[in-house]
Amino acid sequence: MDALRRALDSDIYYSFRRSPVVMLSAVVTLLFFAGAIFAPWIAPQNPFDLRQVDLMDASLPPFWLPDGQAHFPLGTDTQGRDVFSTILFGSRISLLVGVFSVVFAMVLGIALGLVAGYAGGTIDAVIMRVADVQLSFPAILIALLIDGVARLVIPQELQHEIALYVLILAIGFSGWVQYARTVRGSCMVEKGKEYVQAARVIGRHPVAIMLQHVLPNVLGPVLVIATIHLAIAIITEATLSFLGVGVPPTEPSLGTLIRIGNNFLFSGEWWITVFPGIALVVMVLAVNLLGDWLRDALNPKLR
Amino acid sequence: MIAFVIRRLLQAVLVMMAVGFVAFSLFAYVGDPVAIMLGQDFTAESRRLLVHELGLDQPFFVQYVHFLLNAAQGNFGISYRLARPVSELLLERLPATLELSLCAAALALAVGVPLGVYTGLNRESWLSRLLLTVSLVGVSLPTFLIGILLILVFSVVLGWLPSFGRGTTVALGWWTTGFLTESGLRALILPSVTLAMFQMTLIMRLVRSEMLEVLRTDYIKFARARGLSDRAINFGHALKNTLVPVITITGLQLGGIIAFAIVTETVFQWPGMGFLFIQSVSAADIPVMAAYLVLIAFFFVMINLVVDLLYYGVDPRLRIDRAAAAGHGH
Amino acid sequence: MTMAPDRTKLLEVRNLRVEFPMRRGTLVAVDDVSFDIAPGEVLGVVGESGAGKSMTGAAIIGLLEPPGRIAGGEIRLDGRRIDGLPYEKMRRVRGREIGAIFQDPLTSLNPLYTVGRQLVETILTHLDMSEKAARERALQLLQDVGIPAAERRIDHYPHQFSGGMRQRVVIALALSANPRLIVADEPTTALDVSIQAQIITLIKRLCREHGTAVMLVTHDMGVIAETADRVAVMYAGRIAEIGPVRDVISRARHPYTEGLMGSIPKIGEAGGRLAQIDGAMPRLSAIPKGCAFNPRCAKAFERCRAERPEPLTVDATDVACWLYDPAPAVRR
Repeated sequence: MDALRRALDSDIYYSFRRSPVVMLSAVVTLLFFAGAIFAPWIAPQNPFDLRQVDLMDASLPPFWLPDGQAHFPLGTDTQGRDVFSTILFGSRISLLVGVFSVVFAMVLGIALGLVAGYAGGTIDAVIMRVADVQLSFPAILIALLIDGVARLVIPQELQHEIALYVLILAIGFSGWVQYARTVRGSCMVEKGKEYVQAARVIGRHPVAIMLQHVLPNVLGPVLVIATIHLAIAIITEATLSFLGVGVPPTEPSLGTLIRIGNNFLFSGEWWITVFPGIALVVMVLAVNLLGDWLRDALNPKLR
Repeated sequence: MIAFVIRRLLQAVLVMMAVGFVAFSLFAYVGDPVAIMLGQDFTAESRRLLVHELGLDQPFFVQYVHFLLNAAQGNFGISYRLARPVSELLLERLPATLELSLCAAALALAVGVPLGVYTGLNRESWLSRLLLTVSLVGVSLPTFLIGILLILVFSVVLGWLPSFGRGTTVALGWWTTGFLTESGLRALILPSVTLAMFQMTLIMRLVRSEMLEVLRTDYIKFARARGLSDRAINFGHALKNTLVPVITITGLQLGGIIAFAIVTETVFQWPGMGFLFIQSVSAADIPVMAAYLVLIAFFFVMINLVVDLLYYGVDPRLRIDRAAAAGHGH
Repeated sequence: MTMAPDRTKLLEVRNLRVEFPMRRGTLVAVDDVSFDIAPGEVLGVVGESGAGKSMTGAAIIGLLEPPGRIAGGEIRLDGRRIDGLPYEKMRRVRGREIGAIFQDPLTSLNPLYTVGRQLVETILTHLDMSEKAARERALQLLQDVGIPAAERRIDHYPHQFSGGMRQRVVIALALSANPRLIVADEPTTALDVSIQAQIITLIKRLCREHGTAVMLVTHDMGVIAETADRVAVMYAGRIAEIGPVRDVISRARHPYTEGLMGSIPKIGEAGGRLAQIDGAMPRLSAIPKGCAFNPRCAKAFERCRAERPEPLTVDATDVACWLYDPAPAVRR
């Protein structure tokens, strides 16, 4: 109760309440997460269950256009699938890949940052050199490469099954550097402090005590990085899927939906690609706005 | 100066060797090139011969050096998919990618940097706030989606601009250019804008935050206390100090442009290296993938090298010669 | 109220109030502060960090950081009001009439320009002379502040100078248009102890030579004792005591000043910590009722907890403390 009162009284909550745009993005983000999690229960149709799809309903426009039908609010694709439902299921895959690759990058980055910061010397130099080099290559290229290689190494019959995991690893691996740098910086500062030396004397492992002190210090920055990284990860996933090297078409993400719809752009069925596109942009924009606000709120002097 | 350049060059060579190693591992251990090259029927003998011919029976290190030497000469073997030398394929597509990237980079910088400076200096103006909000939308728009939307509006609905290809190109020696024909220039517009958009907004936001960072420094405060005019402070002091990070950003963004050229080329079926690369990934055409990787890494390393040298030109702190440093630096 | 120009007063600060609007109400960083500086005089302003001394300095040169603002009172230079001047007019006062020296010489200079260029630029901004003459003046200034081999050093970059040498360059910059007042905010705090005395001596000597008045903001009583003609002791945004430096040091009247004097360090020792006074200065958001010092004051009595003391003149000193009120409390 007390913690709640403190949280409601904090500067961060105040700046949250003061900005309608930020509140709106929080609501939109929550809606997307809710939609993604509960897609199988709230979607009007399971677009991947062939028994529920009727080819007779194919290529219907959104409901406000002539020929549009109310129970396909955003129209249907060329196989008769409800676009609104495919968007719900697509967001599910997009967010799944986004969230898990962020978690993977965060864990990897924090671990490597701690190791580099604590060990120093050669280990630090090697890790940070690799980080520097990797940072000079765009994340999308690294993800594309890892994904491409994995496709070659993994036997054909397994590919569809584990494509999602490969994608998560590829995107996650392309984003660990920011976390590592932040954690390393904080780690270097803490290492010099006396309590770490003191910990040795008492017989506690210095790493344990540093974790206890470093992690709270980097919580804010890591949260900011993670939020902005989530937006980037979702975009990266969508881009890879659009290029045809992301998630398999049997479990389409928003990027896959846009790619499929793109083929019908010229035949006039714009809704198949435009609505998933709008969903993707709104989702990423909401997350970006949150990240932007969080960065400012946690760094008052940057305002 | 010379020591600095040599150190940077050495680093560049190291990075290239590391990338070469990745490319080589791809080449040597991923898939079975021999099986692919032999096709369906082969004997153990013909296989042994080919293995020998390709040098695959030699120790790992020898093969690696061999690969590096070949790569340095631009020899990356033969495409599995198109059965033509990889270097030839890449060279054919290089002009398309470079012309596109160049236009996009010029556009992104020419718009992004001034807007970043403006929004940094006039933080409170409504135009800055508007630009900042719009830029956030820009950062949230994936490149491929920008391309699709532009095609939808300008090709499908309005019918003003072509939606794919390079239009008519003119050959200047081995270089084919789209700059010299009307259809070539028209074909360039949508892809360049697509590729530039994301980078433009990113550059604007980064330049703005660097500008704000510099404006908070003590030396800017002290410049104000000295009574210098706003003009002198903003454009003489702040802008020059923003230049160093802006050069870094530009370097990184050029890299980004080359990477995102893959996406743009795919959307517009632009006959460049990126499109070739994506087709190779789908077809497991390893020699092309490896060569593309090495070539891209080479571009990146060169960009970083130029960025470092530019730093050197801008920031006198990197320029201290040892004699002066020994004499006065304490 | 109009004041006749008073030739004995270069700078007059009357009832200055600096506020920071915050979301939980307004912080008052400087509250009802009044003092004068005569031409050529050195006024020391001393106090703990957060006492409002730097804010006062920033308000005088018109460079309060937003959202800070002057919420009341007046600042006059030569009888002319300079608070609330339009930006462009105030800019011509800064550097030309009021020079400034900041705390950290390592960050006060633009790293990308030679010191010569920064000097010439400042000179040309304020004085009407040719570029060549400006460079000669820059060279002269560097020599004046004691930079050896100035002819050569003028073309060096800031990073090629040591901290002490850089602070000399900063002083040269502050003096470059011959201002009549210099606001020096902790000019020695960031320097090596061994260099501090040199810089203080330099400021003192140059200002005497040029007839420049100085407002010397510091938390170091030792520096004040060494340099200032008069001293203002600030506490929690107000002036506790102001008077000739000798009087204040030898016969401190305000209990806070007494505590401070107990902690005078000598030049050559690390800065003055106020170890003798129990407790800490209140945060600006929680200034106690009555005299701000009363919770830490051994001599506090009832009135101190209820009523805020106004400055009372005792000999040459003004002191804001009820102990010196000749009239009985009940008079009102």
